Amino acid sequence: MRAWISGVSSEGARTARKARWLKPLVFLLCLLPFALLVADLLSDRLGANPVEKISHRTGDWTLRLLLLTLSITPLRHISGWTPLLRIRRMLGLYTFFYATLHFLTYLVFDQFFDWQEIWKDIIKRPYITLGFASFVLLIPLAATSTDGMIRRLGRHWRRLHQMVYIIATLGVFHYLWLVKKDLREPLVYAFILLALLGWRAWKQRSR
Amino acid sequence: MIIRSQPRHAVKASEITPPRYYFNRRRFITSAAALLAAPALGWPVESRPARPLGPYTRSRYIIDEPLTDYEDITHYNNFYEFSTDKEDVAELAKDFRTDPWTVIIDGEVEKPGRYHLEDILRPHPLEERIYRLRCVEAWSMVIPWVGFPLADLIKRFQPTSRAKFVEFTTLYDPAQMPGQRRRILDWPYVEGLRMDEAMHPLTLLAVGLYGKVLPNQNGAPLRLVVPWKYGFKNIKSIVRIRFVEHQPVSTWMKAGPREYGFYANVNPHVDHPRWSQARERRIGEFFKRKTLMFNGYGEEVAQLYAGMDLRRFF
Repeated sequence: MRAWISGVSSEGARTARKARWLKPLVFLLCLLPFALLVADLLSDRLGANPVEKISHRTGDWTLRLLLLTLSITPLRHISGWTPLLRIRRMLGLYTFFYATLHFLTYLVFDQFFDWQEIWKDIIKRPYITLGFASFVLLIPLAATSTDGMIRRLGRHWRRLHQMVYIIATLGVFHYLWLVKKDLREPLVYAFILLALLGWRAWKQRSR
Repeated sequence: MIIRSQPRHAVKASEITPPRYYFNRRRFITSAAALLAAPALGWPVESRPARPLGPYTRSRYIIDEPLTDYEDITHYNNFYEFSTDKEDVAELAKDFRTDPWTVIIDGEVEKPGRYHLEDILRPHPLEERIYRLRCVEAWSMVIPWVGFPLADLIKRFQPTSRAKFVEFTTLYDPAQMPGQRRRILDWPYVEGLRMDEAMHPLTLLAVGLYGKVLPNQNGAPLRLVVPWKYGFKNIKSIVRIRFVEHQPVSTWMKAGPREYGFYANVNPHVDHPRWSQARERRIGEFFKRKTLMFNGYGEEVAQLYAGMDLRRFF
């Protein structure tokens, strides 16, 4: 358990020399969907309903990055390549970045700061309830992602960040419940999440 | 850039556009792009040359709202027979064969038969109507349809006194319609109207839009347009019109009886179980606008539903 936490700091420092290119590369790759979105917006390539497209793309990338974040630990176990751990925090923060854009799209373009309507939506519409809950739960995780916070929170940090499993589950159901009829895409996310959670459960048992 | 010829009836935007339309997408984009002096980032979009339509007149059913762009009307289509992705339909439907086309008219009717589309259309003068279209997904458009009143066709084929409803069926042809190869919905698509709704002067059979032959992705060669109902009632590529005594079960009713009813009247006060219907996004605009009761056609159609509980009969 210690190693799991320290993977971010001390172990990270040791392997820093090994794969220096990894972090900048992942940083740029994660920024790419956003850059493409802006380019498409400015050149009118977002189709007939650009707001819907912005909402869908930022939502897609939130889920993708969230699942990618969750796959770092299994990937490291399988590959034995420790530098992977150094990008986990960044992936988590990018998840929060896209989640924020997704939420802002809803806040500004769907509701235009109509808090009363937003509140009604949160209470009445299960998919909004879940989406909103998972966004709110991401905030403390993003806020406690610094080295200082990890040190200060000690063992509580891990407990807090285990919330990511709940967040991911809420996020996947948020998607499943909003689709009108064609469930293929949300089911792909659900399947991947199930595999990631399953791997952890299996690890836990076989320990 | 897409070169789009002005429809001949187009009114200059400066003459009619109220300020609230100024902040629309294309203007926003143009100014944003100019600001960044973005070079020609967009690649040309190839549109198939639309076929011209025969002569038609302009009807009195015109709403005074800016038309949705032709490009948007023809590239944002809910037509699950081709794809559940609205932006894939145009491409997937481009080789769809609509000629020859036959329509079966049967059920409680004096002149049943299997008719060539030309024979169905021949006696009916075409007219243009500008209607709002409100999708159940909370987006909307303003579309200049060309067609003729369904009532005229119904009178011609003479339903019997037992005909209380009209049931429409879309073509079932998985070889041409890739979406039908998966059972997303219970194919073929079926829709229905009560006889008085079908006979209502607003109810249209469309064969064209923007003065051109109806593009495949918009339901060629023959589709229904009922402007006060949600878009899914506007069944596309019709191959059968049947007169029946009992209320038909539509495809969406089968798919989600709690979510989609037979009437499907646009109603901002009755939400879809999963999302609000109070507002809608007009395609071409950024912010949502209020949805109107019966999509703004209440004056014409409200009496059809007098005394009915619209929460129950949604």
